[in-house]
Amino acid sequence: MTQLERNEKLIQITLAIIAFSAISFLLLITFFIFFEGTPVIIKYGIKNFLFGLDWYPTEKSFGILPMIIGSIEVTVGALVIGIPLSLACSITLTEFSSKRLRQILKPVIELLAGIPSVVYGFIGVVILVPFIRDNFGGPGLSVLAASIILGIMILPTIISISIDSLLAVPKSYREGSIALGATKWQTVVMVIFPAARSGIITSIILGMGRAIGETMAVIMIAGNAINIPRSILDPVRTLTSNIALEVGYSTGEHRQALFATGIILFIIIMVLNSVANVISSKGKR
Amino acid sequence: MRRLIIVIFLLALFTVGCDRIASDNAVIIAGSTSIEPFADKWAEVYMEKHPDAIINVQGGGSSAGVQAAESGVADVGTCSRELKPEEKVLNEIIVAYDGLAVILHPSNSISDLTSEQVKQIFAGRIRNWKDLGLKDKIITVVTREEGSGTRGAFQELVMKDTRIFKGAIVQDSNGTVREIVANDPNAVGYISLGLVNEAVKAVSLDGVAVTDENIISKKYDLMRPFLFVTKNAPAGEVKNFIDFVLSDEGQGLIREEGLIPVS
Repeated sequence: MTQLERNEKLIQITLAIIAFSAISFLLLITFFIFFEGTPVIIKYGIKNFLFGLDWYPTEKSFGILPMIIGSIEVTVGALVIGIPLSLACSITLTEFSSKRLRQILKPVIELLAGIPSVVYGFIGVVILVPFIRDNFGGPGLSVLAASIILGIMILPTIISISIDSLLAVPKSYREGSIALGATKWQTVVMVIFPAARSGIITSIILGMGRAIGETMAVIMIAGNAINIPRSILDPVRTLTSNIALEVGYSTGEHRQALFATGIILFIIIMVLNSVANVISSKGKR
Repeated sequence: MRRLIIVIFLLALFTVGCDRIASDNAVIIAGSTSIEPFADKWAEVYMEKHPDAIINVQGGGSSAGVQAAESGVADVGTCSRELKPEEKVLNEIIVAYDGLAVILHPSNSISDLTSEQVKQIFAGRIRNWKDLGLKDKIITVVTREEGSGTRGAFQELVMKDTRIFKGAIVQDSNGTVREIVANDPNAVGYISLGLVNEAVKAVSLDGVAVTDENIISKKYDLMRPFLFVTKNAPAGEVKNFIDFVLSDEGQGLIREEGLIPVS
């Protein structure tokens, strides 16, 4: 073996070790979450854990149904607000505005993704929450407040991926449609949108993952009550905020139950990401 | 250039490492986030007087503090509630008393509640201000999260065996509870007496106002001890520090900050 070959081999091995260590960290985290969390689920029964209504960890009562429903409600609320806004924005920027405008606006929108979530939460507390309290009643810290802030937070994710997939539609589709006598709007709705569908759905699912996983902003504006909210003006607690709120003080089974909450969250997000992957790979074929 | 950056980075790492080694003889204090600011104050003044002493104050919560003392991770664990029976094996020193104040928005015309009323409000049985003779508005109940020492003390002193109802808004610090009550005219919450300011109104309980005198004379019920717990009888630097905390000077420091001295 020459010196050169030996170096080559060495670099190869080093890279392999580094690459593997990155993956093994992930595996380690996964293993750790399940290792810490499963005992308490088994002990109190998966049914009681998933469908229990009472979360009083100091009294050994671990039911996370209110939090699961809370996460779903807040996420759906965010999508209801985020999807129309972001799709309208991406269609406008790709189909109805100049290339120049798009080149300026797209990076600006992507920049929004860089604003730390605590800042969104702070704006929510200072402006949105008092607004809701004064105009709609209730404590202001509510499903509605969380949905609005999360809806704004997921805009950059959805817009930027949607724009890319709308732009990826071949030019001949547009030309063909217009040549057949369709108006520009008809072209968008009947030709371009369906052609870009998989990319747009992927963008929505990724936005959804962002909304479910968001913690800091939600803790600040959702009120964190462990109740299944009866209206959108009621406070709500999500799975993520449950973990972040209580982890500081928790010990023993309480801590394990928080890890178990993490398992549920982990599974939900895994499923969402897999769905996104399947849809986007289908679109490519 | 790049090499230089790497060298600087490594040096930085190294110095951080050294710092850790040098602080081996540091006294580590960990636990209650309610006690943390006061422990910080004590540590700051103590270190000014003893330049070679290092006192390291950390948060983590009362239960974590007790655990840290038990496992030896911390030299002193701090705890802002009474010790549970199974925790009594540890050595406890009361370093101060703290009142818990039930707080309302300043615009609220109520200035006195009975402890039964407070209990009913937090249990979710009184949900509307009209039940207390005010206008028809839903009460915004604000509590602390499970495991918090402040909540533990409130549970023990006011709620007893009754649960705090599930619709209560949960916040993870005294400061955010105060913030919400200060901004919401319909809110009620409870915080450490030392943190009450003019943005909120502390109500008197069963006709007894929340004042230092009433707390010292034990007229005001909502009071909890601030504890230092150690695994063994304190010795060396730890003992010196605790002696300082209990000295007139140490106690004077917390009186300025709104706590009630032990003696």
